[in-house]
This record gives sequence, structure tokens and C-alpha cells, in this order.
Amino acid sequence: MSDEPAQRLDEGALRALVPRVLAGLVRRGEDLDGAEDALQEALVEALRAWPAHPPDDPRAWLTTVATRRLIDARRSEAARLRREETTYAEPPAAATEEGDDTLFLLFCCCHPDLAPASQVALTLRAVGGLTTREIADAFYVPEATMAQRISRAKRTLRGRRLDQPGDLAVVLRVLYLVYSAGHAGRVDLAAEAIRLARQLTLATEEPEARGLLALMLLNHARLPARLDREGRIVTLDRQDRGLWDTREVAEGVRVLQSALARQSADRRPGRYQVEAAIAALHDDAASAEETDWPQILAWYDDLVALTEDPVRQDPAAVLGRAVAVGQVLGAAAGLRETDRLRAVIGERHRWHAVRGHLHELGGDLPAAASAYAEAARRATNVAERDHLVRQASRARAAGAPGDASPA
Amino acid sequence: MPKYLLLKHYRGGPQPHHPFPPMDQWAPEDVEAHMAFLRHVGEQLKQNGEFIDAQALTPERTWVRYGGQDAAPVTTDGPHPETSDLVAGWYMIDVESRERAIEVAAWVSSEPGPGGGPLYEWIDVREVMWEASSQTDPA
Repeated sequence: MSDEPAQRLDEGALRALVPRVLAGLVRRGEDLDGAEDALQEALVEALRAWPAHPPDDPRAWLTTVATRRLIDARRSEAARLRREETTYAEPPAAATEEGDDTLFLLFCCCHPDLAPASQVALTLRAVGGLTTREIADAFYVPEATMAQRISRAKRTLRGRRLDQPGDLAVVLRVLYLVYSAGHAGRVDLAAEAIRLARQLTLATEEPEARGLLALMLLNHARLPARLDREGRIVTLDRQDRGLWDTREVAEGVRVLQSALARQSADRRPGRYQVEAAIAALHDDAASAEETDWPQILAWYDDLVALTEDPVRQDPAAVLGRAVAVGQVLGAAAGLRETDRLRAVIGERHRWHAVRGHLHELGGDLPAAASAYAEAARRATNVAERDHLVRQASRARAAGAPGDASPA
Repeated sequence: MPKYLLLKHYRGGPQPHHPFPPMDQWAPEDVEAHMAFLRHVGEQLKQNGEFIDAQALTPERTWVRYGGQDAAPVTTDGPHPETSDLVAGWYMIDVESRERAIEVAAWVSSEPGPGGGPLYEWIDVREVMWEASSQTDPA
């Protein structure tokens, strides 16, 4: 192993440069499409050349090589663009903050004209610096399919003006989608989403950006306890809280506090901050019994108040609130809350799962078993399906007549 | 992005829109048109970034079950009742929504049949369960 270069190439550091270099190229007027291709080629070149000849200024090196590739591409395309080469040769614009570059690129990738799946793919590629192969693995699609999705997205953006401020709400939604896609293949998308959200908070004062980062951290902190060694789902009330990542909880709480501090009396916290507050209350309880349900219910009241018709516009919030109502006011009250949702999400597995939970809370085990079984039939995720089947079977066994063993 | 399996059947499913003979009894140009259409669907799905897989199955079917300890597997090749389902092939797609999956299925079903008109074949649309650790605790 002594033949290895003394300085191993730090791929993480290389990836962190991607948004900065790319933003510089696009700001200068390059197509995102062409610039992205050129930068990918430059990265390949870097992986080859840097171990033997590490550059003094990696970012400038990548910009120079990507620019050269862009010029080559143009040259072969048409000679009429020759005059533009002089502009390429100009020194790069004054250095901007890293956060600004990231924000600028996120606005490009989360352009409202793109479908969500394309926004996600393009963000991971252009801002996250992941390879097409890694993104394809993460979403369980063939590499060719993901390549096609990315190049279509870039084609859609061609000719669009990308120099105006974009829609931050779309960016936040895309980052949350990336987070929710979780951990598959070789890439931890949840960690990637947290990394990107952290960069985003460097570039904007918007409290919701901090709210989203806090929400992801406070949920991610429980990841080590969420599945047991056999890959079975462990519900919040049964998790080993000693496995929670206290460092992430602390950071999440700190970020949430800084978000809430930016709110004023006439501007109430947005949904990510509210959801983060709920997550923080769960994280704060030393045991399931010590959970501050009245406080959680108060935050859910705020959450459903964010939409005019929450049953139709935000049924997930109403369903979450029903659980809190069940804990504070009793199972029957919680079940009544879910009744309001029957026409909207009565077909979804989550609705039946919550009903099962509330029936169990109220001691009606046969009803709980039926609801869990119904939920299992409608689940779209293998781990959740298996979990719900176990819940149904457990509730049925415990509720069987003549069985005196405690549930 | 949910994944869907769009199943085509040799037989089974709801009452057909109209009866049509097996493909080997179609005019050669109709067979060509039909196959070219299905190839085109696959190509277009690839271009859209929605394609996962497409396969066709032979109609030969063998049922197999465990024969018991030290016994050979038990097999049966039929006969099967005419009403039993027989899968002919599938597209697997990765799409934005269930609505898009239905749209693609209807498009497949518009495939040209004998005489060149749409076949109106029933397509069996099934959602694929995904296997991933969830990043949030269920409510």
C-alpha cells in the first residue's frame, strides 16, 4: 500500500465544490445543461489527474477545465461562437459566498416548470454532485432511465432565464422529498438532504428553511431506533430512546429556536417549523409516558390552522392531530376526528393504521386487529406492510376471548 | 415516484370490449403494426425517463408445488379453466403518480388490433411495494 499517493483524493471535498463551480458557470451565462456536462467531464479529469498533481486551487482548476470543455463543445458545434471565447478567458467574477452559489443553483434545479421527480434528480446531480448511477440506485430505476430524466429536465430549462430569484417553497419541498426518499443504494439521501438544507440556511434568512433543517434533524435523530436488528419497524412508543442521536436532537432544537426567534407577532411559524416543534417534543420525552401530548396537540392545532380546509388540503396533519386528540381527550374523541377524513383518505393505509392505534388505545382489540389488517392490505411499503400484519396478529391474539395474558 | 406493473393478459380479466381472435390469426400487417406500436411505447417511456422494464411471456404454463419430503416436485401443465388468468407480459414503469400510470395503461390498451383499430385490451395495473427504511415515524 506504500505505492498509494500520500494525499488520497477527498471525494467529499471534491463534491462540495460542484455547486460553487457550476453556479459560477451558469451565472456567467452558460446553459445549465452544457455547464453540467462540462463539469462532470472536469470531475472525471480531476479524479485522474489530482492524485499525482494536486492543484493549488481546486475550484479554479475545475472552472478552467470545465470552461475548456465548454469551448471544445461549442467549437465543434459552430464556428460562429468564436467571439465568445474571449469572455470565457476572462477571470472569474469576484468570489461569492458558498451559500449564495447553492441557493442560486437550487433555484435553477427546482424550477417550477419541472416535475417533482426531475427537480429531485437534477438537484442531486447538480447541487449534490452525485453521479447519475448513484441517483438511479437510490430510486431503484435503471441508470439509462435516470440519465434520460436528467437530460430532459435540462432540456426543459434550456433557454429559460435562470437569473431571477426562484420559489423557495419549491426548493424546500424538493429537499424534503430527497430526505423522505431515505437511504437506498450507496447514497444516504437523508444525510444529503440535511447537508443541502444546512447550506441553504447559510444563504437565506427565511425561517422555514431553518424549520425544514430542524425537522429533518429531529426526525433523523431517531433513525437508529426506528428499525430493530431484523429490519422490523419499531414504533415511537416502543423505541429504545438511548439509541437516539442526542447531538442531532440538540442541533435540531437549536436550529428550530433560531427559526422561531425570527418570527414576529404578525407572522406565525410555517408548517416545517410547526412539524419540527412536534418532533422536538417527542425527542424531548425521556419515555413514551412522559410525552407532552397537550403541548403536541396545541402545535397540531397551529398546523391545521395553516390551511383553510385542512381535511381536504392537509389530511396528513388532521390525521396526526387525531392521534394527539386520542392521547389527550381519549380514543373515542380521536376516532371521531378520523371520521372526518374517511371520504378523503379512507382508502389509504395510514388512515386505517391510525384507527387501529386508536382502537387499541381504547382497549377495543378486535376492532384494532381489523383496522391493522385493513391497513396492511393497503400498504405500499414492504416494511410497513409487515409491521401492520404483525400489529394485526398481535392485537387479535391479545383480544381473543379467554386469553388472560396482558397485552 | 411510485412504480407500477402494467400487466397484459392472454386471457382473464373483465368482459372484453369486443371479441378478437388470437394474434396468429391476424393479417401479417396488423401483427406488424401491433408490435411496432408496443415497441414505440417502450421507446417513448425510455425517452420520458419512466421506463424500468418490459417483458413478454410465453403462454406455456406449469404449476409447481412441493411434493413432500423425499418426493419429486408435483407439476401440472393443465388443462386450466378458460377463465383463469394468464399473464402475457408487462411494462414496469416509474411515474409521477397513479394518474400517470392509468394514462400509460390506457395508451397501451389503444394498441392497434386486427383491421388496425384500437384493441381496447384490459390492462391490469398493479402498484409495486417499495422496500426502504422510512425516514419518519408513522403517525
